[in-house]
Amino acid sequence: MTTTPLHSGLQPTHSTQHPDSLGRFGKFGGKYVPETLMPALTELEAAFYRYKGDADFQQELAGLLKDYVGRPTPLYFAERLTAYYAHSDGTGLQIYLKREDLNHTGAHKINNALAQVLLAKRMGKQRIIAETGAGQHGVATATVCARFGLQCIIYMGIHDMDRQALNVFRMRLMGAEVRPVESGTGTLKDATSEAIRDWVTNVETTHYILGSVAGPHPYPMLVRDFQAVIGQETRAQCLEKWGGLPDILLACVGGGSNAMGLFHEFVNEPTVRLIGIEAAGEGVETGKHAATLTQGRVGVLHGAMSYLLQDEEGQVVEPHSISAGLDYPGVGPEHSYLKDLGRAEYYSITDQQALAAFQRLSQLEGIIPALETAHAIAHLETLCPQLTGSPRIVINCSGRGDKDVQSVAKFLDPA
Amino acid sequence: MTSVSQCFEHLRSRARCALIPFITAGDPDLETTEQALQVLDQNGADLIELGVPYSDPLADGPVIQAAATRSLQRGTKLEQVLELVQRVSPTLRSPIILFTYYNPILNRGIERFLQEIAAAGVKGVVVPDLPLEEAEILLRPATAHGIELILLVAPTTPKERISAIAAHSQGFIYLVSTTGVTGIRSQMESRVKDMLLELRGVTDKPVGVGFGISQPEHARQVMNWGSDAVIVGSAFVKRLADVPADKGLREIAEFCRSLKRAIASV
Repeated sequence: MTTTPLHSGLQPTHSTQHPDSLGRFGKFGGKYVPETLMPALTELEAAFYRYKGDADFQQELAGLLKDYVGRPTPLYFAERLTAYYAHSDGTGLQIYLKREDLNHTGAHKINNALAQVLLAKRMGKQRIIAETGAGQHGVATATVCARFGLQCIIYMGIHDMDRQALNVFRMRLMGAEVRPVESGTGTLKDATSEAIRDWVTNVETTHYILGSVAGPHPYPMLVRDFQAVIGQETRAQCLEKWGGLPDILLACVGGGSNAMGLFHEFVNEPTVRLIGIEAAGEGVETGKHAATLTQGRVGVLHGAMSYLLQDEEGQVVEPHSISAGLDYPGVGPEHSYLKDLGRAEYYSITDQQALAAFQRLSQLEGIIPALETAHAIAHLETLCPQLTGSPRIVINCSGRGDKDVQSVAKFLDPA
Repeated sequence: MTSVSQCFEHLRSRARCALIPFITAGDPDLETTEQALQVLDQNGADLIELGVPYSDPLADGPVIQAAATRSLQRGTKLEQVLELVQRVSPTLRSPIILFTYYNPILNRGIERFLQEIAAAGVKGVVVPDLPLEEAEILLRPATAHGIELILLVAPTTPKERISAIAAHSQGFIYLVSTTGVTGIRSQMESRVKDMLLELRGVTDKPVGVGFGISQPEHARQVMNWGSDAVIVGSAFVKRLADVPADKGLREIAEFCRSLKRAIASV
């Protein structure tokens, strides 16, 4: 394949943590965008590095994460879920949930949206745009824009607006303009394309708060670093609870921001297994799925080289998942890198399996997870019988499921 | 057959501004595309940009997006587009420039892609999602196949970057007239004039202005500002869309002539 890095002098470093100067993790990543955006990406990267080490910025961010978002989120021992999966001899996986669903707005998305809005303010941008799939990133962005009095425009596929109507209402309530995107399948891919087109047009006044570890460099690195607080807290909480590291980390992967946020802190801890779960939709054999890492081929979408669901002509294939947040044909480039390195494992879960897990967690723990999160929970069915002893697992409970109850109700009782 | 560079040299020697129409391959269908190439060639085009339909055209506005979607729905494949070019290009005076996003190139493999388009008679390539840093992978192999890779400069491009892009661009430099996607606009931004001056200061290579040019007056204005070429896309694509093919072909012939008249002489 023709995917070797371009500048011989700029080979990627062997560290798994830092992209090279072109934003590449190995061969993945890069900046495949119209020329109009290149200076804005450079400006954003410079601002990111500048404020990363800036005490005022970090203090403001930390203060808001604590008092406005409600961090740190708990690391909760899921006792009944653990008992449910216990082996007959009493051993079994010790299941902990990192409760990102308890954040203000109900998902991990606000960690990144808040940090980016603080960056945008310092860059002097008064207009904010974002894409959204499940609506959680859109809600998080609308929230921080309301908090800072910035104009906010959210691009959302018409199909997703229908299945996540509650979130559309929340965004509008907070003063955001939600622009329906009708092209393609009317889902996250198309909303992202439309957000990028808006940015190309209004780049001089606008900051684009991209919601995942996808898109052109520096977004995959920047969003990951703003989500890394999840893993940092998890490390401290594990240390406090049992004085060691977790054995396994488990998270769902659409673009992959909640997973990278949890994994990043532990990538260089070789004893920690990293597992990402994609959406298998109606089953990977049906072609109606969003299992990019397990079923895709290397390609370029939305500015980055990564695994991609595409046909033999290199046209992007329309994905399918019951979960709007996982319904995306691409994936963050660092996940592709971790997959090829063999550092992280990726599996897929069908709509039906996710629905079962959605109900299971609700009934056993009184926690209604987002459908996205339910994909990670569902993997316990496969994982638990494979393990011996009593290893400790941390699952990123990335979002709450209130937004999904109406669509789940329709699936469970179609009449 | 004439290369893109040779075509510009020829025009320059006669102090003429080039007209570069754009159409989307396979919209409304491939037969019409084939006829349209001939119609444009006979009605004033100096070079022709042929758009390969793509599922996620990030740099395109609604008109060309919709054309690409229709074309893909009809099942248009790159191979068919290249067969068409192979058939029709020997009969054309205008060199053909392919406009394609990067993923279909990557999917085919760079070597194979270049080999196939060169064999079909394509002379140049524009890849709107391949900025200078990412374009290096295509620049050298393109030269080896006799294909010129045309790079883009945008209104947001800083000075030193303009020089670097100008130094690497082959055939000509594609100056994007506005921050935004392709599409019809009511007037040209006057900063195009400054950007043309900027480019003149750093390169002798020809410069073509595109994005947003939809009327003969725009074309004339851009020429008067010193452009070596005017590129007109959505206004052609729109005339071919949603009308019977023969009517569309008559309309693009007339429109092409009107653009040509506007830039024929000062």
